[in-house]
Amino acid sequence: MSGSRLPRLVGLLSLLLAACALPFVLSNFRLFQFSQVYIYAIAILGLNMLTGYNGQFSLGHGAFYAIGAYVSAIMMDRWNIAYGWTLPVAGVLCLVVGFLFGLPALRLEGLYLALATFSLALAVPQILKYFEHWTGGSQGIVLSKPNAPFGLKLNPDQWLYFVTFAVLVLLFWLGANLLKGRIGRAIVAIRDNHIAAEAMGINTALYKSLVFGVSAAYTGVAGALSASVIAYVAPDSFNVFLSVTLLIGSVIGGLASISGAVFGALFIQFVPNWAQDISKAAPWAIFGVFLIGFMYLMPFGIAGGIRLLWIRATRSRVPQEGRSAVPTQAHTTT
Amino acid sequence: MPILSVHGVTVRFGGIIALDGVSFDIEPRQIVGLIGPNGAGKTTLFNCLSRLYIAAAGTVSFEGAPLLTQPAHRIAGLGIGRTFQNLALFPTQTVLQNVMVGAHCRTSSDFLSNALKLGWVAREEAACRAHAEELLDFLDLGLVAHHPAAGLPFATLKRVELARALASRPKLLLLDEPAGGLNHEEVGTLGALIQRIRTERGLTILLVEHHMSLVMQVSDKVVVLDFGRKIAEGTPAEVRRNPEVIKAYLGSEAA
Repeated sequence: MSGSRLPRLVGLLSLLLAACALPFVLSNFRLFQFSQVYIYAIAILGLNMLTGYNGQFSLGHGAFYAIGAYVSAIMMDRWNIAYGWTLPVAGVLCLVVGFLFGLPALRLEGLYLALATFSLALAVPQILKYFEHWTGGSQGIVLSKPNAPFGLKLNPDQWLYFVTFAVLVLLFWLGANLLKGRIGRAIVAIRDNHIAAEAMGINTALYKSLVFGVSAAYTGVAGALSASVIAYVAPDSFNVFLSVTLLIGSVIGGLASISGAVFGALFIQFVPNWAQDISKAAPWAIFGVFLIGFMYLMPFGIAGGIRLLWIRATRSRVPQEGRSAVPTQAHTTT
Repeated sequence: MPILSVHGVTVRFGGIIALDGVSFDIEPRQIVGLIGPNGAGKTTLFNCLSRLYIAAAGTVSFEGAPLLTQPAHRIAGLGIGRTFQNLALFPTQTVLQNVMVGAHCRTSSDFLSNALKLGWVAREEAACRAHAEELLDFLDLGLVAHHPAAGLPFATLKRVELARALASRPKLLLLDEPAGGLNHEEVGTLGALIQRIRTERGLTILLVEHHMSLVMQVSDKVVVLDFGRKIAEGTPAEVRRNPEVIKAYLGSEAA
């Protein structure tokens, strides 16, 4: 275990450095795209906690994303509150809403829960239009991108990229700590065998609701960031398709995987664009082909596929240890 | 004072009476065997004590306090650990993680302090891990500590369940057919292990088992159920001689 820690640390640090170098080599549009990737990654990590780690399906996380985005947009537009303050507010509000939604959802399992959350995704855009006074109705709210503070020589896109990246790093650090300790083990135990989990002293009802809340909070913060990065919110950006897209990212990236959230975000950000480049007439057909291809080649998601490759690569070099007698499973939770 | 006192416990599933007014006591540090033919209600009684099933009538007191008013997730914390007949492990988690989940009720770090990785959380985690590793050594599971529970042999997984139950530092241990799937030699080792757990860790044990020689070897007292009723209770020798037991359970061969 300790042997694999050093290369992992080095890998993470070089990724961190590369990410910080991007604003000085990429165009503003590319930077905007990468900011969007980080935002999706945060939302997908939230969804992963719920669906991947805890086994509760959600087809409605777009709703929490929308709530986060609108909370942030309304705070900035109406009360001139700085975007930075809107992020924790959006997170806490979505935590509460998610927790409250999680309580009745306890009675629903699997597909039924998926349908209940789906109805949330259907309802939210219309509810947003209804409260026109606050939300600007179908027109949405137009915002302006914040400038870099402290006289930093960064344009708004560069600055927002750094803000988004910093929030990503913070939330992934918190999420990884949460998922790797006592609480994370309990969350997975509930998914694996909820009766045994209860018998081991885990308050499964409370934990499932809390995970729903934390998951919604992550997705809400992602939504709040998107309001600033896109500088515009409108109800129709948060339709059912967004919820489905987040679920696609979560599965393709790798359920129950932290790094999988980033891979999934890259997929949902860039693959639709490639599909568009390949065929202007039927981009979604091309996207579907990509989707099936990825699932076929990497049934445990991109993170699972990379882990398998890594195991194969290191195994051939390391002389046979005692543990080689037992088959290595790809579907383990790390 | 008995550590566990079961009094008149009745469980119904629709029209079927799975347990019918069962009563018995367990004294501290006793090993009590609970036997009976298939469908006698042994596992039902376990699930009742774990609060997974709801008793229609009767009372159970554990260390003098009523047990049947507690929610299922409090039982482990009160000091009642259990294993399951058909294994109820967490297949995607490693053996070590499974055992550490067993210590959930003996640890207390919450969502926020876990996320922030506060100092005391790390210390609690290290202590929990050390205890789990000690249990893995005790049960000879050290070699598979980092292997996922899925894919290990049944007999190994039975021991993982035992380690997980011990990780909750129980006072009373409910073992549901621990000898299931074991060969003759392994059953002999298990008998010695159960007695070691009692003497070294000071536990009280309630044992459901079909393996007669094991039950008779380790039990101080045997309770016999048949069709949900208690038909006999006594030392292994007394139960063996009881005509009711011979008729209902051991059959004509033993007579």
